[in-house]
Parts: sequence; C-alpha cells; structure tokens
Amino acid sequence: MIDTLRLSAEEAIALVERKEVTPAELHGVYLGAIAERNDELNAYLRTVDTVDADATSIPIAFKDVISTRGVETTAGSRILEGYVPVFDATVAARCKTAGLTLLGKTNTDEFAMGSSTENSAYGPSHNPWDLERVPGGSGGGSAAAVAAGLAPWALGSDTGGSIKQPAALCGNVGLRPTYGTVPRYGAVAFASSLDQIGPVARRVRDCALLYSIIAGRDPRDATTVELPAAVELPEGDRLDGVRIGLPKQLDELTAIEPGVRSAFERTIELARELGAEVGECDLPLSFEYGLPCYYLVAPAEASSNLARYDGVRYGPRVEGSTYREMVERTRDHGFGDEPKRRIMLGTYALSAGYYDAFYGQAQRVRTLLIREHRDALSRFDVIATPTSPTVAFRIGDKSADPLAMYACDLLTIPSCLAGLPGLSVPCGLSDGLPVGLQLIGPQFGENALFRAGHVLEQALGFDPVPIRLRSEEGA
Amino acid sequence: MSWEPVIGLEIHVQLKTRTKMFCRCPVGFGAGENTQTCPVCLGFPGALPVPNGQAIEWTVKLGLALGCEIAPKAVFSRKNYFYPDLPKGYQISQYDLPSCINGKVLVPLAEGDHEVRIVRAHLEEDAAKTLHVGGQTGRIGGAAHSLVDFNRGGTPLVEIVTAPDIRSSEEAKQFLQLLRQAIVELGVSDAEMEKGTLRVDANVSVRPVGSDELRTRCELKNMNSFNYVARGIDAEIARQIGVWEGGEELRQETFDFDAATGTLTPRRTKEEADDYRYFPEPDLVPVEPSAEMIERLRAELPESPVSRIRRVQAELDLDRAVVLVTGGLDPLWEATVAEGADRLQAANVIANSLVGAGVDPAAVAPAELAKLVTARERLPRQAYDEAIARLGEPGFSADPYLAQEAVSDTSELEPIVERVLGAHPAQVEAYRSGKDGLLGFFVGQVMKETGGKANARVVNEIVSRQLAG
Repeated sequence: MIDTLRLSAEEAIALVERKEVTPAELHGVYLGAIAERNDELNAYLRTVDTVDADATSIPIAFKDVISTRGVETTAGSRILEGYVPVFDATVAARCKTAGLTLLGKTNTDEFAMGSSTENSAYGPSHNPWDLERVPGGSGGGSAAAVAAGLAPWALGSDTGGSIKQPAALCGNVGLRPTYGTVPRYGAVAFASSLDQIGPVARRVRDCALLYSIIAGRDPRDATTVELPAAVELPEGDRLDGVRIGLPKQLDELTAIEPGVRSAFERTIELARELGAEVGECDLPLSFEYGLPCYYLVAPAEASSNLARYDGVRYGPRVEGSTYREMVERTRDHGFGDEPKRRIMLGTYALSAGYYDAFYGQAQRVRTLLIREHRDALSRFDVIATPTSPTVAFRIGDKSADPLAMYACDLLTIPSCLAGLPGLSVPCGLSDGLPVGLQLIGPQFGENALFRAGHVLEQALGFDPVPIRLRSEEGA
Repeated sequence: MSWEPVIGLEIHVQLKTRTKMFCRCPVGFGAGENTQTCPVCLGFPGALPVPNGQAIEWTVKLGLALGCEIAPKAVFSRKNYFYPDLPKGYQISQYDLPSCINGKVLVPLAEGDHEVRIVRAHLEEDAAKTLHVGGQTGRIGGAAHSLVDFNRGGTPLVEIVTAPDIRSSEEAKQFLQLLRQAIVELGVSDAEMEKGTLRVDANVSVRPVGSDELRTRCELKNMNSFNYVARGIDAEIARQIGVWEGGEELRQETFDFDAATGTLTPRRTKEEADDYRYFPEPDLVPVEPSAEMIERLRAELPESPVSRIRRVQAELDLDRAVVLVTGGLDPLWEATVAEGADRLQAANVIANSLVGAGVDPAAVAPAELAKLVTARERLPRQAYDEAIARLGEPGFSADPYLAQEAVSDTSELEPIVERVLGAHPAQVEAYRSGKDGLLGFFVGQVMKETGGKANARVVNEIVSRQLAG
C-alpha cells in the first residue's frame, strides 16, 4: 500500500524503476488520494483518468494555465470554460517525453492573477495545513495538491511569486527559474516578460529533477536560451564558503510577521553554523519601487495578452447585435473582477500621453532593479529573504482589499522583475503554519540555489506533511 | 492662384516567403479557407511568435535597395486594437525602431531626376481576410455576420513610407512602377496590386505654389492599380483645390476611391482618435542584423531600375527607357541590340509586339529576336505575328519565317492594285473627293488578294500613286 502523503518524487520514481508499481498503478493510487481529499481542498479542477500506454514514470499535475492537448485548459477563468487545446505546451510535451503521466489540472487565480486562488472562477483552493486558510496563489492548486499528497510534484507558473509564495504557504519547495530557461510556449500568458513555468515539489532534489526535464531552449519560444550548464541533483551537508546576502531593508519591514521573521532568522543562523558567510546587502530600490513597478508592467502586458479572448474563435460567446457588442458582452461575462481591474490598469498605463509616465518609467525602474540585483549578487552567491511576509491567511481576509493582496508578493516580486531565479524552501512553522525561505541567485544560478536549499532542507528536517494529515498516515 | 500637390505614399508589400512571419504555416493563395493556420496565427492561448529569418533578411535587402540605413537594432511592438481579423487583439509590427530608415529613391522625370525620401520601411504581420455578409457597404457595420479566413493572417508585410515629396499623380505612378520593379527583381515579392500583394495608400494635400507649408492632408485607400492611384490622386487634388478656393477649410478624412465611377467616398469618421497602445512585444527579442549579413545582402543587390533607366535613356529616350525598365524588358533589349538589331526598332518591337503577344521576355533568344526586328519590314504581317508569338518557345528559330519574305515586286503588285481599284469605282470617287481614310480600305483589299503576302509599305505606295494618277 503506497502512502502518497510522504512519498517524494524521487522515491516514487524508484518504486517504478524497481517495478514495485507500474506507472498506471501509481497514477491510480494518486487518483484515489485525489478522490479522497480534493473535495475539501479544491486543488484540482479536473483529473485525467487515462494513462498513455508508453508512460514510463510517475504522475504530475499541471497548473491550469498550461495547455494540454485534449484536456480542458481554463486558466481559472470562465472565458476559457470548455476550451480544449489542440496542442501541448512545450513543458507538457517534455513531461510526456520523460514518461510522466498527467494526473490533472490544478486550480489557479484567474489568469494567474492573485495570491490566494480566491480569484479563480471555480472557487478557492484550501490550504491542507488549515482548510480555513488560503494555499497562496496564484498556483495554490498545485501547492495544495503536492502538500496533501495528491501529486508527487507539479508545474506552476510564476509572474510575481505564483510558484514561490504558494510553496511557502503550503510547506513545499518551489522554483521560479531564470527567465528564458523554461519554454512558455503553450502557457496561457499573463505578463510575457515575467511569466516563467517552474516546478513545485516536496523536496529540493525533486524540484531540481523536474527542472532538468522542462528547462532548455525551445524553437517555439524566441525568448528561451540553452542552459549554460547541466542541472545537477544537489548533494552535501555543508555551506562552507557560500556567501549569503541579507537585504538590510528587511529590518525595517514591519509587514513581516514576527513568527515569519524568527523562523527566517533561525534558518540564517543555521546556515552560518553550516559554514555560510552571511553579510548584508542593499536593495533599496527593489523594496521601494518593486511593487509599483510590477503593477505597471504586469497589467500593461496583461491588457494586451488578454485581448485575444474576444469570443470569436474559442471559449464561450455572448451574442450581441454588433461585433463590438458581442466582444464587450463576452468579455464582461467571461472575466472576473481581477482581470478586469488589471486590464483597465494596463490599458491606462499604455495609453498615449501616459505611456512615458507609467509603462516607460516602470521599464526604466526595472533596469535599475536588474542593476541593483547584479551588484548585490557580485558580492553574494545568494540573497535570502522570507518568501512571504506572512503565513497562510484566512480565506476572505484580503479578498476585498486588492492592495493588501498585492502586498503579499512584496518580497518575491523584485527578483522576478530582474529575471532572476528564486527558490522557496520551507524553513519552519509559525503558529503551526509553514514559513518559506526565499533564496535568490544570479541568472542561471539554479544549481547553486538547489545546493544551498538542499543543505538547509536536510539540516532543518522540516516535515512537509501538514500536521492535520499526519494522523492519517499509514491509516 | 496655382496649387502644388504634396503627396506621400504608404506601400504595403507582401513578402513571398515560404512560411508566415511568426509561424511556419505556408503562405499562399487559393487554399481552402482556414486551412493554412495553426495555434500561433489563430492566436490560441499560450501560442508564441517566432520570427521568420528570411522575412527579416528580405526586409533588410529591400531597405538597402531603397537606399536606407539598416538599424543595428530593430524592435517589434504590439499595436493593440480589436477587430475580428486580428486574432491576438494586437498586430505585431515594428514601430519606433524599424529595420530600415532614411532612404531615398530617384524618380527620373522629363525635367530631371526627382528625389523621393523614404522615411522608413518596417516589417509587420498581415491581418486575416474578412468577408462581411449582409448590409449594404461590405463593411462590418450593418453586416448580418462576418466570416474570417485566417490563411492570410500572419503573412509578412513590409510597409514603406515615403516623405511627402511627390508632386504629381504622374510622379506617384512612376515612383510606384520603379518601386514595384525593384521589389520584383529582388525576388522578395510578386508585388501584384490585383492580388493585393502590393497595396498603396496615398496621403494628399495641396498648397499654393511657392509655399512650403504642409496643409491638412487626406488619405486615399482601396486603389488597386497604378492607374487608379493616379486617377484617385488627381480627383483628390481637384477636390481639395475646390475646397480651398471655395474659401472653406479642408477636413482631414480618409477616402475610398471607386475606380468605376472615379469618385471618392469618405470613410465613416471615428469619434475619437485611435490609441493603439504600442509597446515592445515581450515575446520577441530585438532584431540585430550582423554587419556581415548586411554587407552580403548589399553585394547581392542588382543594379537599380533607376540607374538602368538612365543608361537606356542615353541610347533611346526617357519614355521608352521607363517602359523597358519598369517592364523588366531592358535586359532583352540590350541583348537584342548587341545581336545587331536597331536600338529604336528593337525597343518598339519589344515594348509593343512582344508584350502584346504576352511573350515571357526571359524565354526569348536575343539573336532570333534581332533577326525578326531587322527583317520586320520585309516580312508578311502574318508571318511576323506568328514568329513573335512563338519567340518564347524553346528552340525557336526565326529562319523559316525570314524565308517568307513579303512580295515587294511592284510589277507583280501593280496589276492587282489596278484590279482592286477597278472593282470599287464608288470608293475611288469618294477618296478623290477627300475621304483620305479609304486608303486603308484599298490596301486591305490588296492584302486580301495576295493572301497577306504583299509588303504593306510597298502596296501603300502603289495605291497612293495610282489613286493620285
């Protein structure tokens, strides 16, 4: 009897390789777990019961922004209800080639816009650690599924923190890769210059393994590059010589909850004991302008990316007496409040007469943030911060206050704007809820992040199984 | 007051690349509706554009042919607007950083060469084709429904924008003929207006002669031949002069030119100005052509039509030079002259007989053509026409036709002429009382009698002499 609750992807692969279980059987085991627990979590929007005959490996779940041939892909939106892609996203094809089987599509804030999955048109997902709380977002469905043992690993997409923040809130490991290393072809676009697909898993090594499957240049995505070095599965138990930079701006940041801060500080202390050299770095512009810069760039690009949902070619259509009326009605019906809000913000930011003051200025700020991070990372191997200023919050707490919701991504956004990789690793509990450590590296610095993350993960001995589910183990 | 037209042109050239601009769907006409499409050119969620390298190279090549500077870094932007022919809700187009800028083209005119500056030439993707069904105007407003064929959507399109340097409809036409010929010779487009692979919009204003102001301009669209462009511009110039001379103020408007009636129909004016919210396309990286590529393309450029016109003009005259070069006929003309044909006669035969017979100039052997040009006068009309029509056939020889020299012997022809005149006394009378036009009738009768084998020039002389006598 396989208990999916504690099984890492690596362990699951070993089971398959030792032929203790077939890919189809393992798939079935996870479907069983989903049947048992998805009702309370709403992590999956739909599951896939069939397994390809040539599958050779373990199952995986995809955030519902990733196009899957023959499997409905809604991006959490009504406007794509019933839309069944005729093609696989490149990452989906790569997973297929690696022999993985698709378990299903996980919940997301509509078009990946949000930090709690409360913006999903299909209802919020629930945090497996506390069902009253959000799993984070936008990739809360993937994070909740992995945390509750409903998938050994999953793919998410990260624009301003949508992989890292849910991973932190659900006690998972999540990687937002260097911009351009993972193909976006087939990922429903939110903000093209920021969107990156990445892995969500229980363990850092699983995360590295999944990254190695999906990364690498894609002729269908002109912004991708070949990885300069192969992905290494991290090993070791020391951090000797690893230089960790702590932004001095963290000290004054009152938004960081005390419980989060102390878990973070304990982890940094542990890193020091493991041989790391910890110092202070300075990211003043990132902390002051990161959030406003992001909320100009991302909505601007989103306003254009979401223009294709016009009811002409796919998705539901609401008829009107003219073309324009049909488009307006379709979009009014199909989009929820958050996409509408961002379309309006972005349209404004790109308008003639405002472009320079808003979008143009944001791009200039972005260049400064890139420079600021480059400077900091010339002196440090990684920059460390908490991933989220808070632990998982209660469903409904922030949904009426967009600005409070936007502030959830305060710490994840700046490195996203700089195109840098970020890894979130669980680093302890605060009031019984997981706290995430964010490690930011230079471009293509994933291997260094995996190593540091792996060493800390081993030393911390964090138990990724939600407390409330531990009693069920082996039951 | 006398008025001077100020004309600028915007030309769209559809490149004949094998595949589309941002996906690898085939480009081509005639395929069934929506069969040459894919997730990219249908704007499916998550589909991404990948630029066509050939289209970028050809744009650079075209820019070089237009004397442009090639931007070391060109950027594709998104032009955002809603229309059913635009599946993504935006068109990908170079905007503030186009591939080619600051070019110039010399237009040879009777009064000398006139320079037309090229402001820019940029690369973009074409929209799909819409068919609006129902309603009177064929436009989307009032239509019962619209059909969209996405086969054309995403075809690479180069937009060429001239400065308002053109001063007459004739010059506009001449410029377009030269441009078209250059494009065709570069091999980057068929540039056929009827097929829509070359589209021209004209911006027209007028000003008092001697002034250098730029007055309100109007845009003309929907002109699908060079002659219509010229007629449309002339109609618009006349209209604008009328407005100004009537003491009114000209409104900025866009017109469709209706070739059948020669009239200009204003397009419905929009309530507000367009705001396309351009921003750099984040799915693409900048285009940075290497210096090596630019130099290679520069070295590949054929001699420009303008410089060839100058060369041919020196040996003929401007009009014939323009006809030969813009028809792509000058290489054949030069080769035919080199084979010993008379310059002027060769030009006339090529520009008239050959083109009239629809013969592909590239398939003609210059030596055989030279023989026909030289023997033309002596050949029976029928034999000459047949020889011309067959010039393009493989292995064609003029020799069998040269053997059929026309009957020029007056002693053989004079009795026939006498017979013909004797048979038509009423016509002879009419001719002698002033109906000169009947000369052709008599010549025709003689040609008929001789089965077309008589030398028409000689017959003409004999008929004239006998009628005078």
